[in-house]
Amino acid sequence: MATLELHNIVKRFKDNTVLDDVSLTVNDGEILVLFGPSGAGKTVLLRLIAGVLDADAGRIVIDGEDMTGVDAEFRGVGMAFQNFALFPHMDAFANIATPLEARKAPRDAVKAGVESVARLLKIDHVLTHRPRALSNGQKQRTALARALVGSPPVLLLDDPLRNVDAKLRFEMRLELPRLLADRGATVIYVTQDYKEAMALGDRIAVMGQAGIRQLGTPEEIYLQPAGLEIARLFGDPTINLLDVRPSRDGQGIHVALSGTRVELPAAMEPSVGRACVAGLRPETLRFVKAGTKGAVPVTIEAETPLNEKTVTLVRTRGGREILVSRPAGTPGPDHGEAFLDIDAGGVLMFDKASGERLAAGGPAAPRKRATA
Amino acid sequence: MEHTSLIERILRAVALALVVVFFMFPLLWIFLMSFQTNETILSIPPELFFTPTLQNYTALITGKLTSAAGTLDIAFMRNLWNSVFLSVTSVAVSLLLGVPAAYAFARHKFRGSEDIAFTLLSFRFAPPLLVLLPLTLYFQQLGLANTYFGLVWVYQLICLPLILWIVRGYFEDISADVEYAYRIAGHSWFATFRKIALPLAGPGIAAAGLLAFIFAWNNFVFALVLASADKQPVTVGALAFVTASGIQYGQIAAAIVLSIAPTLALALYAQRYLVEGLSLGAVKG
Repeated sequence: MATLELHNIVKRFKDNTVLDDVSLTVNDGEILVLFGPSGAGKTVLLRLIAGVLDADAGRIVIDGEDMTGVDAEFRGVGMAFQNFALFPHMDAFANIATPLEARKAPRDAVKAGVESVARLLKIDHVLTHRPRALSNGQKQRTALARALVGSPPVLLLDDPLRNVDAKLRFEMRLELPRLLADRGATVIYVTQDYKEAMALGDRIAVMGQAGIRQLGTPEEIYLQPAGLEIARLFGDPTINLLDVRPSRDGQGIHVALSGTRVELPAAMEPSVGRACVAGLRPETLRFVKAGTKGAVPVTIEAETPLNEKTVTLVRTRGGREILVSRPAGTPGPDHGEAFLDIDAGGVLMFDKASGERLAAGGPAAPRKRATA
Repeated sequence: MEHTSLIERILRAVALALVVVFFMFPLLWIFLMSFQTNETILSIPPELFFTPTLQNYTALITGKLTSAAGTLDIAFMRNLWNSVFLSVTSVAVSLLLGVPAAYAFARHKFRGSEDIAFTLLSFRFAPPLLVLLPLTLYFQQLGLANTYFGLVWVYQLICLPLILWIVRGYFEDISADVEYAYRIAGHSWFATFRKIALPLAGPGIAAAGLLAFIFAWNNFVFALVLASADKQPVTVGALAFVTASGIQYGQIAAAIVLSIAPTLALALYAQRYLVEGLSLGAVKG
């Protein structure tokens, strides 16, 4: 098994810098999720690691070996492509067998290897089919089987669930962690789906323009996002963002929402007097009885069930719209006037100008660079 | 499906028939001529009903042309063989050189790659006669005039650009990811070319090869200038039928029938691949 290190990777296409000084270490046996919007360079990064593209600067080290100038076929990585990239003129068996054939494995070893991984992925009944005759789900599993069959120490999975239907995506999201853990491989998993990222990743690297914006465990990314953008990308329903300007008086730091004073913890000190954006996760908001201290009066606009949650859209007196979510089946108002309690500890405060999170108990958070 | 009235269908059938007659008539006429003697061909008005004769074909195959002025030797079968040999060899050489080159142009953007590719294409629109004069002089000095080697070489002007540019398009249409996947699986670039790129571009290569074959087969002017009797293909060899005692229309017709037969057979056989190959690039997945 292997550790994967990226040192100061730079990649440009013409004048467009896709990756600017990206460094990252993936530990042995870890599943690292590369998460980010399209165009953030996730796929390019995978291709650099796989060796089908060359970096303009920087080093890629796999298991202590510098891979600069090493051709793709000698890097010992397995990769599953977003578009599957199956060989259309070969049947599923031959597709999966290619990594074993490349090592000149004896025929019965190839057969045994392909069949075992096909059984694992439940595609053993379609091995004689050409890709054209496979469903999307089977194609995806075939591509995955091809990446897994040679037990490569490093596995690169480029959004493998992107092009499959929702049901299968859900199933695979549950199966994949076990499957990958069994293999013991070091995995880089690219996705644009935050749920997939949270479900699969030991750590998540959030990619932004030309680099990694934040690197951390799923909990860290969710609870302490480095910036506004990241906070917005994670969470469903999305985080409520309200323009505020916290101020301080004798009783402490507070903001005014619809004329109601909401106390903030002392750690919000750096936000005082600045134009800020307060991030309120919908699940940290609770409906409370009228008259509760610090509760914000709102009008309920609409209520929508969302999977296991009930999401309520409310409007404050100031005309701001806020989403509130609560577990489905729990009681809550569905019309008329209501009162919201804001958990001050769960408020994320961002600088409006830079979008950076104003970290608790210190100056503006330094941009977390991806060196772990 | 669309609904069409009876009149519309009849009109369509008539229109199709007209088009077919218009295009096929010369061929049909030549086919009929090939079974007639020179006298019946030249009779006015032309006779639609005649006693067919195989004498044109026997004359061509035996190589003895009997006319009013006596017997004349013609090398038609030799010409036919030359045509086959020159076309097949030229296309084979072109494929051997052009397919890897097309792959390189499709997959690797190197300095000047577009310029080189375009220069090769420009061979196709240089007027052959303009090229021929200097070429003849060079060939005579180099000892390449009137050799198969020299002719096959010159035929590359016809075949190579065609194959290069058609096949390049097919290689470009193959998803690069598919090739990457094969590389990552542990195969060399050459194995990727052989096992992935070549089979996937197969129909396109076949179509390009067939087109090049037809162009090579129909070439006239290169062979006319650069080859003498024993190396001439049928296109040039047909000139022999213009004899001192008149033009041998019957033999010319028979020669045409014989000389289009191989390309026709090849085209009919490969039609499926040709259509698939030529339309493959049109539909992007």
